Amino acid sequence: MPLLKDGREVDNVWAHAEDGHELSPGGCITVSLGRFLSEHDVLLARNEAIGVRLAPSDDPGLLKEHLDRLHVIEVMFPKYTDGRGYSIAQLLRRRLGYKGEMRAVGHVLRDQLGYMKRAGFDAMMFDSANAEDIYAEATAELSEVYQATADGRETVFVKRHRGRA
Amino acid sequence: MYRYDEFDETLVRERAKQFRGQVERRLAGELLEENFKPLRLQNGVYLQLHAYMLRVAIPYGQLDSAKMRQLAMIADRYDKGYGHFTTRQNIQYNWIALADIPDVLDALADVEMHAIQTSGNCIRNVTSDHLAGAAVDELEDPRPWCEIIRQWSTFHPEFSHLPRKFKIAVTGAVADRAAVRLHDIGLHMKTDDAGEVGFEVIVGGGMGRTPYVGHTIREWVSKQDLLSYLEANMRVYNRHGRRDNKYKARIKILVNELGPDEYRRQVDEEFDAQTSWEKVILPAEEIARIKAYFAPPEFETLPATSRTFETARAADRGLARWARINLRPHRIAGYTAVHISLKPQGVAPGDATSDQMRAAADIAERYGMDDIRVAHEQDLVLAHVKLDDVPAVYSALAAAGLASANAGLVTDLIACPGLDYCNLANARSISLANEIQAAFADPEVEDDVGTLHVNISGCINACGHHHVGHIGVLGVDKKGEEFYQILFGGRADEHAAIGEIAGPGLKHEEVAPAFKRVVDRYLELRSSQAEKFIDTLARVGQAPFKEALYASA
Repeated sequence: MPLLKDGREVDNVWAHAEDGHELSPGGCITVSLGRFLSEHDVLLARNEAIGVRLAPSDDPGLLKEHLDRLHVIEVMFPKYTDGRGYSIAQLLRRRLGYKGEMRAVGHVLRDQLGYMKRAGFDAMMFDSANAEDIYAEATAELSEVYQATADGRETVFVKRHRGRA
Repeated sequence: MYRYDEFDETLVRERAKQFRGQVERRLAGELLEENFKPLRLQNGVYLQLHAYMLRVAIPYGQLDSAKMRQLAMIADRYDKGYGHFTTRQNIQYNWIALADIPDVLDALADVEMHAIQTSGNCIRNVTSDHLAGAAVDELEDPRPWCEIIRQWSTFHPEFSHLPRKFKIAVTGAVADRAAVRLHDIGLHMKTDDAGEVGFEVIVGGGMGRTPYVGHTIREWVSKQDLLSYLEANMRVYNRHGRRDNKYKARIKILVNELGPDEYRRQVDEEFDAQTSWEKVILPAEEIARIKAYFAPPEFETLPATSRTFETARAADRGLARWARINLRPHRIAGYTAVHISLKPQGVAPGDATSDQMRAAADIAERYGMDDIRVAHEQDLVLAHVKLDDVPAVYSALAAAGLASANAGLVTDLIACPGLDYCNLANARSISLANEIQAAFADPEVEDDVGTLHVNISGCINACGHHHVGHIGVLGVDKKGEEFYQILFGGRADEHAAIGEIAGPGLKHEEVAPAFKRVVDRYLELRSSQAEKFIDTLARVGQAPFKEALYASA
């Protein structure tokens, strides 16, 4: 499945280790929040990169003290209509200041890509042919924004008064 | 009225183009109905019993003649020559072809209108007091805040995939004409102890299958904090609202399962945790810019009474009666607000033909400062009319079939489309509404009965707001037959209350005669003609009305 990073298809070197499964000695892996919190000393001591996969009901605040050591946080969308991942993204990016890769995984569809980018996702597992083109088209459909979000775009409310005394 | 600038215009145009692409992909089979559904819903497109239905947003119910004429044009060109005004101040077209909808959205954009977020699990069209800017009891005009909320909520990336739909209403008056206690969030403008105007925040009201009156979660929030505080509420709901069961997914269930105190604690915690860069604070000049669009029009200095009007009504009993029932006081001397009833005998409540829309537009342009409102009672309102012009307005309305003298009376009833149009309904609403209207066709009887709000829903989804009718009617299906339960004592105003079911359901043909008996009992029991039905009910209780309801044998 294509992994898009900043709109470009990249090789996906990451694997998710289910709870209870042995970790392979090498490679980049993500684990659940629960596993990370109980085993983070061991996990962070591995030489390889480590990431966390958040379920929609997870509290991202629990990762606060570990954020600068995480290479990736995956946010799971079990169904594209489940919008909890957008609030998780807002909290990670804007409240907790997470700067690493934030990746949408699960049921990621074309017509949600724009919302995801706005919410601060810089990576998506997007199962589609021509994924780059579709991403470019989908994220360019609306050229103005009313809300300040993690994508840093200037809002209409501010633009209206820019340069005026 | 608010006018789009280049930014608002760009977004509405781009949204129409985006939806055109989505419809093309759907019609080409590239997009499955399952995945298209939420996209069409967020553009107001439902699949109904017979056809697609398009719901067009009328933000806070505000129209002008150009917008109204375009709505008429759409009714003629793309529908069957009429439209249906709804209890949420929107308009619905019931016979629209999916392939035409992108063109309709373009036509709407031409007059600064859209169908964005009129359905789907997102923040819906913001509603308000239809007398905003005209009401005698108004603390401050709520419309600038409605417009600010409209913009803030449009395509909000965090709150476009909520557990369920989300409805916000705002009022700035003492009397609540916007049913703010029956919305997911209701905002009631109030002053704090220092005299500063802010908002009482009421959360978790709603109707549907589990009706609740909302809880005051914060007595007062400042204007500066409003959007940040709304975001705190939305975030708690988005993260913790139930998603396992569609019927338990509204915020009212979250508030009532947590309890209002725990819900408040969670919102406060979220609000307090917001960093300074998360706060949604509009520049002061932006608030001033939006407010300026709602500055009062230039009213003339006029005497409080109009000789022209007084002379005309002394000579014309029809005008006199209509004026007594359909005019509302205005805060400026010599002006009035005119209620245009869309409830003549025998028509689906809230329906207007394209000719009637054009007539209302002409009258508003000539006599009403080009200002038309949609009221949640499914009627239209001309907010600013000179008393001197009332006779001319009355004749013009009468010529268009728009001069029904029944605003607030029993025949001005609210009803959902019911089984005639809706694929959720269990029972017909429109024919029942017409039968009740016919039972009170004698204007003298109706006048004598006075204020009585009747609400009819064809199923428990409660689109006709049966829970808040002074008398509510709920259609149910009993082994394939239509039955109607009657509720007493609901109200949607500042004393909001949920009506109580009186007892077993009645058959369709039994309802109108039962209504007549209930109203006759009220006429016997009231302490004076000034005591309204709802007040008599409060004084004497349900028992005598129940007895009248079931006294057919």
